[in-house]
Amino acid sequence: MAETTRPPWSRIARTLAVGFGLHLKMMTRSSFDGLLGVLWPLFFSTVAFLMFRAGAGGESLVFASFGAAVMGIWSSTSTSAGSAMQRERWHGTLELLVTAPVHFAAILLPVTVAMSALGLYSMTATLLISRFVFGVDLPFEQPFSFAVALVATVASIGAMGFLLAVSFVRYRTAWALGNLLEYPVWLIAGFLVPLTLLPGWVRPISWVLAPTWGVDAIREAASGGGPWPEIGLALGLGAVYLAIGVVVLETVLTGARRSGTVALA
Amino acid sequence: MTSLRIFFVGGLISFRALFSFLRPEIYIPSMLVAPIFQILLFVYIGRSAGLESDEFFVIGNAVQYAAIPCIFAMTFTIGGERFQKTLGYILVTPAPRLPLFLGRALPVIVNGFFVAAFSLVVGGLIVGIHVPPSSVAPLALATAICAFSCTGLGLLGAAFGLLMREQAVLANIMFGFLLIFTGANVPVSALPGWMQSVSNVLPFTHGIEAAREIADGAPLADVADLLGVEILIGVGFGTLGYVFIRSAERWSLSNATLDRA
Repeated sequence: MAETTRPPWSRIARTLAVGFGLHLKMMTRSSFDGLLGVLWPLFFSTVAFLMFRAGAGGESLVFASFGAAVMGIWSSTSTSAGSAMQRERWHGTLELLVTAPVHFAAILLPVTVAMSALGLYSMTATLLISRFVFGVDLPFEQPFSFAVALVATVASIGAMGFLLAVSFVRYRTAWALGNLLEYPVWLIAGFLVPLTLLPGWVRPISWVLAPTWGVDAIREAASGGGPWPEIGLALGLGAVYLAIGVVVLETVLTGARRSGTVALA
Repeated sequence: MTSLRIFFVGGLISFRALFSFLRPEIYIPSMLVAPIFQILLFVYIGRSAGLESDEFFVIGNAVQYAAIPCIFAMTFTIGGERFQKTLGYILVTPAPRLPLFLGRALPVIVNGFFVAAFSLVVGGLIVGIHVPPSSVAPLALATAICAFSCTGLGLLGAAFGLLMREQAVLANIMFGFLLIFTGANVPVSALPGWMQSVSNVLPFTHGIEAAREIADGAPLADVADLLGVEILIGVGFGTLGYVFIRSAERWSLSNATLDRA
């Protein structure tokens, strides 16, 4: 009874908060999402550190450290977000969630944001390895801006995961498509390679990816630059992904309700 | 004759049954497109770090990516049977175990070789590396030997599959270790001493080195020792895996943990 008297914004806020906490707990207890989510990006960042140490070294190691740290946030999201709705379908809970009295986007969004937040474990581990195993002197000039950049990056990558989740809903093998996106975004978003090294036609693609601006913001905040434009761009793109995702979700759900195929794909 | 039938026919039927989910919509992104992006990722990191040539990373990553089909598939030969509730039936049959388990490895080796060869050709064309025509056949042989040796390691992973549930996590961790230690992206000589010691007993290390020398024009005879060591490592891991499987099988039967692990 109390639920029905809550104002709509309060119900949505509560759904987002409870959903985020619940899914974060579930994922941390999964060896695939939890343990492997930390280890998998670490394998790649370790190789990258070894490569930069054997090659250019110096400043490039600092550049790679922050990029490698964000790799885990994207990995946690890309590999799981594609199949987020499929998982609910397997559990037999998708129809219940779709008919719940809150918009389905408010149920799905915290799932994908929890996935990206899980990447913070990997990020911390990567930065610790970078500092204490490879001896990289990491700057943290603006701790407050750094924290804001981090939150903006997690939120915008979570929103990107939301868009993936609703875009892939018609594909039974969405997990394979999600996995496929892991390497390209690591490369195109400039996590480990400066964008200037990539072919010119790739750069416009980089600009519409929120992780590009997220990792830039983190680097700027760490080195004492001005991270706020990048933070704004990351959050702005996240909002765009969210808006597109809601429209796609509405279209997909309306079609599925009409044809009675919510549980099918 | 029965053993040969179990080895060839049983191995093929098992592969088709366990990997029926590998339809084009999964196979193409996972086995054919993903390795190309792995190659491109490390080629660009290599350029950014000023380390080695593009050819170094194309060969290293194309061959190392064979770990995905080889390790995952071999590990899944136990996990998949358990998932389909057929593991118990297989282990109570009087079929000799050697052809039973090794037969499952043959299609895996063929698939691993195909994935690595495809990645090598397509990755090489995209990046633009040149391999002399005379090196193509020896390069294919080196790639096939690497797929064989990695499948040996996969057999060891399959043995662990009798004792634990999380085979996908285990297979991913094995892939990660191979990425770091085998010299696919960092020259083995640039690794710390203890890492070099580990590298020398892992699949791929010698095979990748041989493949790079072949691509640079070395005749097969010059890399025969490297390929010989790669084969020995594959046989060693395969033997270890087989012995471990038999021990784990006895242990799981005596403790009734076959479907519980």
